[in-house]
Amino acid sequence: MFDSLTEKLSKAMKALRGQSKLTESNIDEALREVRMALLEADVHVAVARTFLTRVKEKALGAEVLQGLNPGQAFIDIVHKELVEIMGGQADEKPLSFAAQPPTVVMMVGLQGAGKTTTCGKLAKFLKKNGSSPLLVPADVYRPAAIEQLHVVAKDAGIPSFHHESKNPVEICEAALKEAKLKGWDVVILDTAGRLHLDETLMAELSRIKAACEPSEILFVADAMTGQDAVRSAGSFHEQLGITGVILTKTDGDTRGGAAFSIKQATGRPIKFTGSGEKLDDFERFHPDRMAQRILGMGDVLSLIEHAKDKIDEKDAERLANRMAKNQFTLEDMRQQFQQVSKLGSMTKIMGMLPLPGITKEQKEQMAGLATDKRMKHLTAILDSMTPKERANHNLLDAKRKRRVAGGSGRSVQEVNQLIKQYLEMKKMMTQMNDPKFMTRMQRMAGAMKGGGMGSPF
Amino acid sequence: MALFTGLIDKFRQGLRRTQEVVLRPLGHLLGLKKLDEDQLLELEDLLLQADLGVHAVDRLMLRLRFELKRSNEIDPKAILKDELLKVLHQQPTRPFVAPSTQVVLLVGVNGVGKTTTLGKLAAHLKGRGEDVLVVAGDTFRAAAIDQLELWGERAGVPVIRNQMGGDPAAIAFDGATSAKAKGTHWVLIDTAGRLHTKDHLMKELDKIRRSLQKVIPDAPHRVLLVLDATTGQNGIHQAEAFKQAAGVTDLVLTKLDGSAKGGVVVPILERLKLPIAFVGVGEGVDDLIPFDADAFVDGLLDV
Ligand SMILES: Nc1nc2c(ncn2[C@@H]2O[C@H](COP(=O)(O)OP(=O)(O)OP(=O)(O)O)[C@@H](O)[C@H]2O)c(=O)[nH]1
Ligand SMILES: Nc1nc2c(ncn2[C@@H]2O[C@H](COP(=O)(O)OP(=O)(O)OP(=O)(O)O)[C@@H](O)[C@H]2O)c(=O)[nH]1
Ligand SMILES: [Mg+2]
Ligand SMILES: [Mg+2]
Repeated sequence: MFDSLTEKLSKAMKALRGQSKLTESNIDEALREVRMALLEADVHVAVARTFLTRVKEKALGAEVLQGLNPGQAFIDIVHKELVEIMGGQADEKPLSFAAQPPTVVMMVGLQGAGKTTTCGKLAKFLKKNGSSPLLVPADVYRPAAIEQLHVVAKDAGIPSFHHESKNPVEICEAALKEAKLKGWDVVILDTAGRLHLDETLMAELSRIKAACEPSEILFVADAMTGQDAVRSAGSFHEQLGITGVILTKTDGDTRGGAAFSIKQATGRPIKFTGSGEKLDDFERFHPDRMAQRILGMGDVLSLIEHAKDKIDEKDAERLANRMAKNQFTLEDMRQQFQQVSKLGSMTKIMGMLPLPGITKEQKEQMAGLATDKRMKHLTAILDSMTPKERANHNLLDAKRKRRVAGGSGRSVQEVNQLIKQYLEMKKMMTQMNDPKFMTRMQRMAGAMKGGGMGSPF
Repeated sequence: MALFTGLIDKFRQGLRRTQEVVLRPLGHLLGLKKLDEDQLLELEDLLLQADLGVHAVDRLMLRLRFELKRSNEIDPKAILKDELLKVLHQQPTRPFVAPSTQVVLLVGVNGVGKTTTLGKLAAHLKGRGEDVLVVAGDTFRAAAIDQLELWGERAGVPVIRNQMGGDPAAIAFDGATSAKAKGTHWVLIDTAGRLHTKDHLMKELDKIRRSLQKVIPDAPHRVLLVLDATTGQNGIHQAEAFKQAAGVTDLVLTKLDGSAKGGVVVPILERLKLPIAFVGVGEGVDDLIPFDADAFVDGLLDV
């Protein structure tokens, strides 16, 4: 029922195609599509509205740069605005440190958001960057929460604080003393999950804040959160004055519009994202990637992340590098095919790829390769080529193609189809790696329609 | 720097506008007998805020517009309630009775409240005098077993476990075997949180299923998908994937004590026709109550 957001945006662009100026009337249709995209991504209604007003203002005055059509110019504005609001270029230091150590970092948020896990991730991250953190279990409510943090700490190779008090404020104060004594320079407080509506428990956080004077109060939020993100984040901020946000569980297929809502509701930067249950699944926040994700433009990085579970990580990395350098060869394609059989759910992966102009059916057809027996045929063809031919497809003249066809028991036509498919893939990858990808979407859509994308299948 | 302060101002502005909308109650619109275009748009926004999703809201608005054309005066609240209840009443939940050993599997994405729900359910069943065995099927997350054991203590029911990192299918098998031998009424199986996009983890659920069936052929009798009420449209993907991979029979909606109303169950039930068995309304042992569609819809329309 939900068209992919990518399709919506291509539709929005189509509405503007062939028009030379961005005007009130031609923008409105496109804005409606963007609104839909934002809402389906769980961006808060009011946040979406404010955003669209802003985009409209920008777009109406905008000059359409040479080489762009209005549709491209519009999408470019939408994307740029979203990136800017979500934090622009993430270049500053992610955390502020106290002038006088130890620096106190307080983790807060709703139940189950991922605070305890994130404490371990952050501690590990800081340790890698030269700090010596101490983890402090200040959740005396949830069954086994303290034990959980000790286990996480052990996994992370970070010391954790032991104390028999049942009072979170006392525990935190004692931990601070201990840190000063023993020279731990960062103290990370894992607080219990709580509702922003719970006055008693919110007051407890204020008391911890007053007692420990944290340099950072980080609101940990689940990337799958819906419209409520504005309320919960806004309320934590109002009651506590958060300094930043960590967005967890980005490893799924959520569009993550909550990131935008939270940013708007608090004005505080999103500093990190959690992308898995393991302690290394933790990265600096990339507004650019997040904007693409919210807009449903797919992202080759999340594609790789998804495949990571199944594909040998080294292979994936190597492939990513080759894609980045535009060195994708038939040999890579062959190896990719071998991986594909391990991958299983290609449909999902195809869904993540930014392929405007390719219909869902076509994607499914392409995904169908994974199980199709043609997969075997294609692999047989590739196997029959020499390594040199796989490294450079230009070597494959008519004579060599006949040899390959004979060797694999397939027809020359099939060999040709495979090469065509390879070239399409190569082109896709070039597009995805181009920072100006946005402005190329339309051209690509045109090329796809003209080209034989559907034909090999 | 100027750019920076400019941005901050924009944020503030955004926030103010956001709050205005967030705080404006739905009630005044629902009490009106006629709605003009602006009011309809406002109502639409408010409904969207309940996580009902674009599609469901479109449908609701269509019905309202239709009724507005048809008659001079309408009762928006009654119309919306009617539409929503139609969806929610589609599939009644089967009662939790145990003529023979019943196996219940709890599944869902990370942190939604599976273990807590299991603890509450165990206490409830035990409280009405039935035997319960709890199986620690989350052998992955830090201290998941300890957490479940504490819930077992709270509920006064035994917990069967193996070591961390052990095979969940194996412990599920042991649990079912022991319960069958003793004629225990209920076997409640906790599972590790997993994102529905992770195929290998989803397959693990099927493995648990199959190992249960070696002992009790028609197990698991209930597969409860636990959904967090704060979840947005991603809940739809969750429900579809878990239904397919684990044969979900019922939904449990947790954290309804927060400010989120769990509207995403509406588009979910439009597609999947599943009953909602329980809702979670807190962290205490008694905070699990049967789903009441009427009260739920009132909550949705009270944003
Ligand atoms: N897939 C995924 N799971 C995560 C991520 N971060 C945390 N989790 C999981 O989410 C669940 C809840 O995490 P916790 O760290 O216990 O959350 P919490 O906020 O401390 O929970 P409370 O203390 O009960 O409020 C666990 O199953 C974690 O493994 C993430 O980035 N990705
Ligand atoms: N306010 C509120 N909190 C709840 C409710 N149900 C569960 N929680 C809290 O949510 C957090 C996560 O609950 P768990 O039961 O550990 O969730 P889980 O799904 O087992 O988590 P993983 O096993 O890590 O995937 C805990 O802090 C619970 O106390 C509820 O109905 N209301
Ligand atoms: Mg915790
Ligand atoms: Mg659990």
